[in-house]
Amino acid sequence: MLAAIGVRSMEDLLVDIPSALRIKALDLPAGLSEHETMAQISSLAAGNRVFPDRLTFRGGGVYRRFIPAAVAAVTSKPEFYTAYTPYQPEASQGTLQAIFEFQTLIAELTALDVANASLYDGATAVAEAAMMAHVHTGRDEIVVSGYLHPEYVEVLRAFSDGRGIKVRKGTEPGPKTAAVIFQQPDFLGLLVDAKTLSESAHAAGALAIACVDPISLAVLAPPGQYGADIAVGEGQQLGLSPSYGGPHVGFISCRKELVRRLPGRLVGTAYDKQGRRGFNLALAAREQHIRREKATSNICTNHSLCALAASVYMTYMGPDGMRQVAEVGFKRAHALAERLGGLPGWELAFPDRQFLNEFPMRVAKGPAVIRKLARRGILGPLDVRRWFRELNGVVTFTCTEVNDPQALDELVAALES
Amino acid sequence: MTEPLSFEKSRRSAGGPRLPGAGVTAPEPSQILAPDQLRTSPPELPRLSEPEIMRHYSRLASMNYSISEQFYPLGSCTMKYNPVVNEAAASLPGFAGLHPYQDEDSVQGALELMWRLEQALCAVVGVERVTLQPAAGAHGEWTALRMIKAYHHSRGDARTEVLVPDSAHGTNPASAALSGFHVVEVKSGPDGRISLADLESKLSPQVAALMLTNPNTLGLFEREILDIAEMVHATGAMLYYDGANLNAFMGICRPGDMGFDAVHMNLHKTFTTPHGGGGPGAGPVGVKADLVPFLPTPTVERTNGHLKLDFKRPKSIGRVRSFYGNFGMLVRAYSYILAMGGDGLTQASHDAVLGANYLRKQVEDDLEMPHDGPCMHEFVASAHNLAPEGIRALDIAKALLDRDFYAPTVYFPLVVPEAIMVEPTETESRATLDAFAAAIKEIVAEARSNPQTLHDAPQKMPVGRLDEVAAARKINSYLQGQSDDPVLRWKPAEKPAGK
Repeated sequence: MLAAIGVRSMEDLLVDIPSALRIKALDLPAGLSEHETMAQISSLAAGNRVFPDRLTFRGGGVYRRFIPAAVAAVTSKPEFYTAYTPYQPEASQGTLQAIFEFQTLIAELTALDVANASLYDGATAVAEAAMMAHVHTGRDEIVVSGYLHPEYVEVLRAFSDGRGIKVRKGTEPGPKTAAVIFQQPDFLGLLVDAKTLSESAHAAGALAIACVDPISLAVLAPPGQYGADIAVGEGQQLGLSPSYGGPHVGFISCRKELVRRLPGRLVGTAYDKQGRRGFNLALAAREQHIRREKATSNICTNHSLCALAASVYMTYMGPDGMRQVAEVGFKRAHALAERLGGLPGWELAFPDRQFLNEFPMRVAKGPAVIRKLARRGILGPLDVRRWFRELNGVVTFTCTEVNDPQALDELVAALES
Repeated sequence: MTEPLSFEKSRRSAGGPRLPGAGVTAPEPSQILAPDQLRTSPPELPRLSEPEIMRHYSRLASMNYSISEQFYPLGSCTMKYNPVVNEAAASLPGFAGLHPYQDEDSVQGALELMWRLEQALCAVVGVERVTLQPAAGAHGEWTALRMIKAYHHSRGDARTEVLVPDSAHGTNPASAALSGFHVVEVKSGPDGRISLADLESKLSPQVAALMLTNPNTLGLFEREILDIAEMVHATGAMLYYDGANLNAFMGICRPGDMGFDAVHMNLHKTFTTPHGGGGPGAGPVGVKADLVPFLPTPTVERTNGHLKLDFKRPKSIGRVRSFYGNFGMLVRAYSYILAMGGDGLTQASHDAVLGANYLRKQVEDDLEMPHDGPCMHEFVASAHNLAPEGIRALDIAKALLDRDFYAPTVYFPLVVPEAIMVEPTETESRATLDAFAAAIKEIVAEARSNPQTLHDAPQKMPVGRLDEVAAARKINSYLQGQSDDPVLRWKPAEKPAGK
C-alpha cells in the first residue's frame, strides 16, 4: 500500500508531526488474546457484589425490574447497535422509525404533544428542560420544588452556572422565575400536588416542568393532564439494566408551542417522489451542526440504543402490562410499608403523604440496619441523609414486580432478627 | 419495502404479556389516591404479541446500514469495527447488575476498572487526570469548558471569549456558547491549517481558550501546533483538544505534549464502543494539573489498594450527569484497550493513516483534492469538479448507498465547498478500500455520461430521497395550529375523551 501511495515508509506519511512531539511507545502493557482479556475483565466483575433482583429494595432513581428477553434480542442486533447516527435517512430507516415510535410512546405516556429522540439521562433532561424554559420566558431563575433527585439538582446547577441562571429551592415562583421543577413521585417516593404546582407556576408566568417516573404514568395522572408544559424523566426502568448508573436514557416531551426549543434530535415523517413514507431528522435548524453557537443545545446525539430498548419494552408491555407492573409495585410497597410500620422502632416518615412504589421510613441507626441486611444478601433501603440533613434517620424502600411476596417475608424476617 | 408503525399494527385483541400478580393483600391505587392524581385515560401504546413485535423490529433492523454489514467511510466519525468481546464484557452480571448506590466495598471491581481506564487514557493522551462522567463528545467539550471557566474564575480572571477555527465541528461553538462564552472564529489559511496571523489578531486577555482538533477536520496535522500552544499560553488562555480525531496518532504523539490543557475523547470513536444508531457514547475529559481541582465530582481515588469515590472537591465544577457516567461504555472501552495494548493502539493509528492515504491516492483523479497530502487518518475531497454536470456531493453520497456503501460525511467541514470527508479507519481491508474507490470511479463516470441516474439515487433503499422541504412545511403548519398532522409522532385517529 505504501508503494501505491508513492512513499517508502510510514514515516513519510507522518512528516507533518514535529519530531519533538514523537513518542517511542505508549506506556501501556502489550495487547492480550480474547481469552486473557475476558479473564481480566471477569476478575474485575468478580470484585463486585451483585444482589439478586428480588432482594433489591434500593431505588433512588435506578430500579430493578423485569426485563423481557425481547429487549436484548432486539438491541443486540448488530444492524441496530453498530449503526451510526441516521445522517443518511435512506440507509437508516430502521433506526429512524424506531426513534419515531419512541417519540410517540413518550408523548402518549406523558400526554404531551411532542417528545424528542431521547437525551443522556434524567439529570441532563431536567437541566435541558430548564434551559428551554429560560430561553422561552427570557427569565433567569429556576425554582426547584420539594425533593427533586439531588443529583439532578447538581447537574441542573452545573448547567445553569454556564448561563448565569439562578437555581432556588422553594415553592413560590416569582416574576423572574422561568420554571418550577418538581418530581412526581419525588425522590423519596412521595406524591406531590402536581396540579397546584403547575397552576402556581403558570400564575407567575413561569413554565411547569414535571420530572416523572415513566412506569408510574400507567396509573398516575400524566403531565399533560395536570397542565405541565414540559415532562422529563429517566427511562432506565423501561428495559435497561442498572449497570452501575449507565448508560440509561433521558426523555423529554412538551407542548407544541415549545417544540422549536427542544434540544437534541427529532424525527419526523417525510415522503419520497414515489409517495412512500419514510422518516427523517426534522427541525435540524435548531441544532449545532447548522446553528453552531446559536443552537438550542450542544447535543449532537441521543441515547438511541437505550431509547430502542425502552421502545421494545413499552411495546412488549403495552398499556395493560405497564399498568399491571405499576399496580404490582404499588400493592407490594403498601403491604411492605404496613409490615415495616409494625416493627418496633420503625415508622412511616411521612404518614400523611401518599406514595406509589417507593416510600420513606424512619428508623434509628439506618446505616447499621442496611449493613445487617447486606450480610444477609439483601440490598436494603437507601439512606437519604447523605443528601438531606433534615432527613436524619430516613431510609427509602422500593418494591417492584421483581420483589416477590417471599422476598418481602425474607426482608421483614431479617429486620426482626 | 417499508414497515408499518407498531401503532398501526396494534390490535385491540392482543392481550398484554403474562405478568406476576401482586400476591399480597393491599389496596388498589384508585382506593387510596385522590381522583385527580389518577390517569383518566390509558396511553395509546401499541398492543402486539411477542412474535409480531420481534418481526417488526427484525424488519426495521433490515432497513439499516450498519458497520456490521457495510463500510462506513464517515469522516470525523471513526466508524471502526466494534469487537463483539466488548459486548460480552459489558453484559457480565458483575457489571450490568450493579446498583449505583451500592456501598463502595461492594463495587471495588467497578471502581478498579474505572481507575485503570483513567490511567490508560492518561497514558494515551498525556494528561494528569481524566473524568469519565460525560455521556458524549459534546458533553465532554462542555465539561472541559466549564473547568476552564472555573480555572480562570479562581484566578479572578473573567475571560469571556473562546476561539474556534472555522473548520471546527459545530459542537465546539455550541458548547462554548452554552458555557457562557462569546465565540470568536479563527480562519483557516490556504493550506487548510489554522492561520497564525488570524489567531494572533484574535488573541487577547479576554480569550479563555482556543478549541482545536489536531489533525484538523481536513485531516491535516497542524504542523505549527507548538507555536500555537505558545501563543495561546502567552496570553494566559488555555488550549482545548477536541478528541474527534485522536485515532490519527495513538502511540505516535500525544495532545498533552502538544500543549493541550484539556482533552476530550470519544470512546465511541477511538475506543470502539458501538454507536448504537446515535448513542449512548462516552466523552471522558483529560486535564493537566492546573485543571485537576475543577474536575466534576465524584472522582475515583485509590489509596493502599482501596478504591473510593471522592465527593469532597471544593473547587469542582460539580456534577455533569447522574452517577458515574455511561459505565457500560467504560467497560467496553477498557476491554478494547486491554486487547489492543500499547502496541495494538499504535498499530491501529498507523493503519488508519495508511488506509486514508491509500484511498486518497485511489480517488485523487476522480474528485478534487483541495489540500496537499499526506493526510492523517482522513481526507477531505470535493465534488466541485462535477459542478458542470450538475452533480453535487449529495448525489455522490446517495449513489454510494445504492452500491452498498454508507456515504462519507458531506458538506463538512464548511470551509470546503461540496466537501466529501472520508475516514476509512484501520479496520477496513485493502480489498474494501479498492471496492470503494471503484464505486467512486463508476459514479464519477456516470456523472459525465448519465447524470440523471445520480439525481435519482438511491433506488435500492427502502425509500428514495425524502422531501425535507415539504416535511418542514408540514411541521410549520402543525406548530402554527393550521394542521392536525403532528409529523413528529404518530397520532391516534381520534383521541379518547379527557385529553
